[in-house]
Amino acid sequence: MLILVIYSFNESRLVTVWAGFSTKWYGELFRDEQLMSAVWMSLRIAFTTSCMAVILGTLAAFIMVRFRRFRGKTAFSSMMTAPLVMPDVITGLSLLLLFVAMAQVVGWPADRGFLTIWIAHTTFCMAYVAVVVSSRLREMDISIEEAAMDLGATPMKTFFLITIPVIAPALVAGWLLSFTLSLDDLVIASFVSGPGSTTLPMVVFSSVRLGVTPKINALATLIILAVSLAAFFAWYIAHRNEKRQRQNASNYSE
Amino acid sequence: MNLKKLIPSGRSLVIGIPYSWLALFFMVPFALVAKISFSEAEIAIPPYTEVFRYVDETLTIALNLGNYIFLTGDDLYVAAYWGSIKIAFFSTLFCLLLGYPMAYAMARADDKMKTVLLLLVLLPSWTSFLIRIYAWIGILKNNGLINNLLMFVGVIDDPIIMLNTNFAVYVGIVYAYLPFMVLPLYANLVKLDGSLLEASSDLGAPPWKTFLTITLPLSKAGIIAGSMLVFIPVVGEFVIPELLGGPETLMIGKVLWQEFFNNRDWPIAAALAIVMLVLLSVPIAWFHHYQAKEMEAES
Repeated sequence: MLILVIYSFNESRLVTVWAGFSTKWYGELFRDEQLMSAVWMSLRIAFTTSCMAVILGTLAAFIMVRFRRFRGKTAFSSMMTAPLVMPDVITGLSLLLLFVAMAQVVGWPADRGFLTIWIAHTTFCMAYVAVVVSSRLREMDISIEEAAMDLGATPMKTFFLITIPVIAPALVAGWLLSFTLSLDDLVIASFVSGPGSTTLPMVVFSSVRLGVTPKINALATLIILAVSLAAFFAWYIAHRNEKRQRQNASNYSE
Repeated sequence: MNLKKLIPSGRSLVIGIPYSWLALFFMVPFALVAKISFSEAEIAIPPYTEVFRYVDETLTIALNLGNYIFLTGDDLYVAAYWGSIKIAFFSTLFCLLLGYPMAYAMARADDKMKTVLLLLVLLPSWTSFLIRIYAWIGILKNNGLINNLLMFVGVIDDPIIMLNTNFAVYVGIVYAYLPFMVLPLYANLVKLDGSLLEASSDLGAPPWKTFLTITLPLSKAGIIAGSMLVFIPVVGEFVIPELLGGPETLMIGKVLWQEFFNNRDWPIAAALAIVMLVLLSVPIAWFHHYQAKEMEAES
């Protein structure tokens, strides 16, 4: 534990020490059009990916937890868990070959870029969302759903009015997890992107490989700042929810 | 009546959407990789020959085993596979040795402390992975933090070369993958029934014996899940050996990347991936088995 604290301390100190010289590099950073477009691209992909991954992952988790038996359940559950461990290079390579073959056979996708990265990221993020959501679904009291159905709500209505609000914290957690995963991914994005579409990790990777530039230090500082803010925000929401839940629980018991 | 059968029911629609997404974007690609691994490299777009050819009502299937023979014939590939497995094995071991006490301490801490400790484990993994590896370059390089500190104190006169060695790769991997070990272990240990431990010590077992005979066997599922979450991805790791490793670091992820992007030999890259998948199929099946068992036990 202590080691981790030291690590994180090292990391931030290193970056701030280097970036602290002047704000010149920050100006440079914002003037770098290629970099800025990569940032924009990454953010757009991460946003759309996490939305789609939450939808698909929640559906998948719901199937895994609520539907006891159906044809191909084993196949489905292996497809759900395998992306969690599959090495990135294999996933990236196989998806690229799929897109190339699809372009040949059906003529779509014509060029690789935003859409193909989005599909690839959604595929591996939905597995993470499914894990997070399914553990929450399992904890959930199923009798509330049954009560709603007894009172005449359709399964659809029950799902949206009862199930979704109850598992909402897990959905938020899954969304945030997908967002960071997608923002972070270098290997898969490198495989499935075409020329001209670059994400932020790709820019960072190539500049780190070429050598250290102060610009990257400035960028790193900004990213760490943004992530810490997001982390604090997430923690705050979780904390507030927990408090409210505890309050509710004590209200009931009284 | 018939029409109703044609329209899919809500249930099959709910199953169908994620099922077909995964089938199309996760399973079908592997079949394609397998197919391309049997083709020949060609200077074309895409740069490989077709395995199935349908000309004049005859279907010719040309399976080219040359890629696989080439893989076994070249020492580089065998060494790369071996290197990957070795590095993944030792990284998993280090992660387990470091992660187990961490997870144990977390599981035994009181509730408020638990949240803080959990956050401390998670927090670094929320920062960009590349930037954390990049920070390690700054720590490990010849005029980096560690060497400067040691020289300042006077322990050494010349910098220790750490960057671009296997040592740096191990440091990077263990650092990056530690949360993947700690979290499943923690989830497992936190469910551990404390009364079992008390009973054991009441009956006169020393703490180490309690640990070996009670705690360790009960946390087996967590150990396996954590080890698989570290071992399998590390075998294919590309970024860490590329940035922290040196010429002595030979890992299959890096070789695959070079074959694909630098040599543009897609069939060889596909064959490399297939062999890697075959090697990993046992641990992946193992992981899935335990995951399924865990899910069943919980519900």
